[in-house]
Amino acid sequence: MNLNEFLHMGGYAFYVWTSYGIALLILLVNIIAPARQRRKLLTDIARKARRARREI
Amino acid sequence: MKCDSLTRAFTLLIRRDLILAMRHRAEMANPLLFFILVTSLFPLGIGANPNLLQAVGPGIIWVAALLAALLSLDSVFRSDFEDGTLEQYLLSSHPVSVLVLAKVLAHWLITGLPLLLVSPLLGVLLDLPAAGIKVLFVTLLLGTPVLSLIGSVCVALTVGLRKGGMILSLLVLPLYVPLLIFASSAVDTAAAGLPVTAHLSLIAALLVLALSLSPFATAAALRVSLS
Amino acid sequence: MFNNFFHKMASPKYFYRIAGSLIPWLAGACLLFTLAGLYYGLYLAPPDYQQGESYRIMFIHVPAAWMSMFVYVVMAGAGAIGLVWRIKLAEIMVISSAPIGASFTFLALVSGSLWGKPMWGAWWVWDARLTAELILLFLYLGIIALHGAIEDRRTAARAVAILTLVGVINIPIIHFSVEWWNTLHQGPTVTRFDKPAIHISMLIPLLLMAVAFKLYYAFVVLMRARCELLERESNAGWVRELVESK
Repeated sequence: MNLNEFLHMGGYAFYVWTSYGIALLILLVNIIAPARQRRKLLTDIARKARRARREI
Repeated sequence: MKCDSLTRAFTLLIRRDLILAMRHRAEMANPLLFFILVTSLFPLGIGANPNLLQAVGPGIIWVAALLAALLSLDSVFRSDFEDGTLEQYLLSSHPVSVLVLAKVLAHWLITGLPLLLVSPLLGVLLDLPAAGIKVLFVTLLLGTPVLSLIGSVCVALTVGLRKGGMILSLLVLPLYVPLLIFASSAVDTAAAGLPVTAHLSLIAALLVLALSLSPFATAAALRVSLS
Repeated sequence: MFNNFFHKMASPKYFYRIAGSLIPWLAGACLLFTLAGLYYGLYLAPPDYQQGESYRIMFIHVPAAWMSMFVYVVMAGAGAIGLVWRIKLAEIMVISSAPIGASFTFLALVSGSLWGKPMWGAWWVWDARLTAELILLFLYLGIIALHGAIEDRRTAARAVAILTLVGVINIPIIHFSVEWWNTLHQGPTVTRFDKPAIHISMLIPLLLMAVAFKLYYAFVVLMRARCELLERESNAGWVRELVESK
């Protein structure tokens, strides 16, 4: 089986690769979103703590 | 003695709600009018072919009943929440689930019962055969309390929210799916002249299940919403 | 000792730390299983004698559909624990799981539709399982919407726990009713394939992908739970220490 044939998926390429692509997209978004959120939360909390210290 | 006072609280609560409803008759009529209006819009939308109407009639009536129930649900706890009566229920010495059951029963008497009573009329409008109309009545008799019971849980969860209406429909409608399926296919089957005992037993089972579980869920939900 | 472990796990600080150290391992294992599953499923497994290559969508669709149920059951279990024993972490698990469960459900629907088009000739068929999956998606969306609408996080988590429990009682009923409805209104376009026992060469990638999806859920839910914890406890001492140590 060569690469072309593999990508062709016996004529079902569109359906097979779209569903795998969408799966990859959804799964990646679900990983990236909480990772970014956590970083944002940590910087927010750090900023708040710094501000509180300056006020004292 | 305690049991006695509980029965008294139960009946008093129902009486109070009925009196309140009678004082706002216009509000009470709204879901009913909505039910009739939606059902009569369908023939205008899809054409008045009697065969077509007969085929889709049970589904239309039941979907309209679900929407009318949804529309009326907001009023179950709304006014009690706004004037603080709801907190009094939670503080009272009676089990909240019983008080909730009284509220739901009153709500059914106010909104479900009128809907039930006009349903044969709508059946005639949609050209359902006599057998179908009879079964439609029975399914609504067994089904509308289920609508109120399941709805009360979701309403209790959203009662404190300012924009609870949209969310309420998202919460309630998926839970209504089994009832819609059983009820409308019961009417379909009856209209085709086949026996419907199985369908009706399933709806009755749903009623028993909702009756035995939902008051507790509603009570728990009210406690959370008011905490 | 066992008791002690649970006590430690239930404290936010330890949970945050342990979850943080577990995530890379789970993610790595998930990646390994995914690669193995993809290699097996897309390359080694032979084409199906009826459906040709299109059946390979199964390796996404079926695990996603399994996970959509599994996540809901986990949520209901965690919700019950959270309501009965008032364990904060259980509540956090419920709400952290909801978006992941909704994603799996959505994925199952989309891949089912993409599989259905070449097999049934239509993008959407009111097939019993697809319909039940659609209603499950609505249940998930309701949970997410309710959580978003309630301001107070504790109240929101407990309301969501109750809603999840109501839903979990309803799911078997919904499934039954939809199956039943489907047998009554069998659409004429639906062609049913006879169901031969699945061949071992297709079962292995299916199971590999199922394990990969489970691992994926495990590490993503921990990631989300860590965020939720940080947000809830942003004023707690351990969070400050954590931030300052960086």
